[in-house]
Amino acid sequence: MSRAVRAVRQHAVMALAVLVLLYLFLPVVVVVAFSFNDPAGRYNFAWNGFTLDSWRDPCGVPGMCDAVLRSLQIGVIATVVATLLGTLLAFGLVRHSFRGRASTSLLVFLPMATPEVVMGASLLTLFVNAGVATGFWTIVIAHILFTVSFVVVTVKARLAGFDSRLEEAAMDLYADEWQTFRRVTLPLAAPGIFAGALLAFALSFDDFIITNFNSGNTITFPMYVWGAAQRGVPPEVNVIGTAMFVLALLLVGGAEVLRRVRSGTAAT
Amino acid sequence: MTAVLTPPSATPEAPADDAVPPSARSRAPYLLLLPGLLWLALFFLVPLVALVSMSLQTGSLSEGYRLTWHWATYSSAWSTYGDQLVRSFLYAGAATVLALLVGYPLAYAIALRAGRWRNLMLVLVVAPFFTSFLIRTLAWKIVLGDEGWVVGALQTVGLLGENGRLLATPAAVVLGLTYNFLPFMVLPLYASLEKVDPRLLEAATDLYATPARAFWAVTWPLSIPGVVAGTLLTFIPAAGDYVNVQFLGNPGSQMIGNVIQSRFLTVLDYPVAAALSITVMASVLVLVLTYVRRVGARELL
Repeated sequence: MSRAVRAVRQHAVMALAVLVLLYLFLPVVVVVAFSFNDPAGRYNFAWNGFTLDSWRDPCGVPGMCDAVLRSLQIGVIATVVATLLGTLLAFGLVRHSFRGRASTSLLVFLPMATPEVVMGASLLTLFVNAGVATGFWTIVIAHILFTVSFVVVTVKARLAGFDSRLEEAAMDLYADEWQTFRRVTLPLAAPGIFAGALLAFALSFDDFIITNFNSGNTITFPMYVWGAAQRGVPPEVNVIGTAMFVLALLLVGGAEVLRRVRSGTAAT
Repeated sequence: MTAVLTPPSATPEAPADDAVPPSARSRAPYLLLLPGLLWLALFFLVPLVALVSMSLQTGSLSEGYRLTWHWATYSSAWSTYGDQLVRSFLYAGAATVLALLVGYPLAYAIALRAGRWRNLMLVLVVAPFFTSFLIRTLAWKIVLGDEGWVVGALQTVGLLGENGRLLATPAAVVLGLTYNFLPFMVLPLYASLEKVDPRLLEAATDLYATPARAFWAVTWPLSIPGVVAGTLLTFIPAAGDYVNVQFLGNPGSQMIGNVIQSRFLTVLDYPVAAALSITVMASVLVLVLTYVRRVGARELL
């Protein structure tokens, strides 16, 4: 095959990939653009004119920033607990062989294979049966539940590629079990634990379906957006959406720069 | 050696190792697992049992429900909401196929063609999902709206009639589902394609395979685990979704999630809602197991 034909083929796949990326970004562009819109009526669906009003006072809309704050609180609590439970589960599953390991893996896997409506509905049934009023803490319980499995998977992936000879070396050098764990095992597992925690937070902050079933009168940010969608979404919602996007991007970019700097100094 | 250092390759059938004091060794994994397993049992398994039980109860919210093994709830729920059930699986299936068609070239390009742009492209795949799911779906409402440029362009080309619309159609719902779950397709595909050894493709080319032949004989079979994982991760959430219908569909395109949601939260008809949830769960499990068995990637589970 001639070089020219191969080059065209190579670029064809790339061109297709770039098109798909544009498709992925189209709604984001719309979200950002409409945060600067000056809507004519209640509905922020048609472009009317440029304004910075929504950016000047995003909390001017009643209830929205409270909802964001509540989502952040729920996200932090759920993330801490889910990361702890998930990391312990991952260590137990990867590092030990024991009776019932296969069924344990299955139990950890099942929540990820369960449609969210089913999980939300079953939890609500439990709370109704137990006479527990739904609200802030039932949301927290639900969020811990559905994020745990994702933490397990992430931490497990990190532990699987783990050289256990490093721990043996530490023990050979007279480190006791605790020292070995704290100075060798934990630092090596940390990136996986951190990634799992980030994933748990992102899932919790953005969850709507399970939350909708278990929130009672508590309004998280996604619940707020859902309610607003029926009445007309203020552009301030787009401001929060844009801010989330930019913050997350900065976080990822910052982590990458940090990684490059570190590997750069390590190389010299 | 202590329990902490047990290599992961140890066979599950042989938990006891004579060289280690059995007490220290056998307790450690259970202590690690206990809190998480308790949580999963209490808030995942018990609720599922409660849901099954609720689906067989009769009564009302004010008078209370009693378990009467009322199986008829299932048949009446199926006959009333059969359309929505079937539609959910059809829409989710269509979205999964579309996501595979769109996601495969992207994952392929990132894994095998991107070179030093690989990390950047991976971030770009995930980045749109840093904004909220609901806000993104609302943005599609703007893009697909009757006054939007997409509808205008399609009308100009003649693909859409004078009064044709995209918003509030099944097409919009499927498009929304495809969009929202695309990263769940792309990332597993990427993970399996990234492991493909380029030397295998070189070998195929050296043996005079055409690029198409090399793809179907080498790349595609090696990417099957990614295809299985990706299609499952797309299909399962799509089948239970009700947000896309709410924002992009119409009352005639309702999926089973919409019904479960309104039965549970608005109508407060718990037994029917529970029966429908159990039906969804069981159908998804059966579909997933048959599919995984067919494709022969059972190790995924």
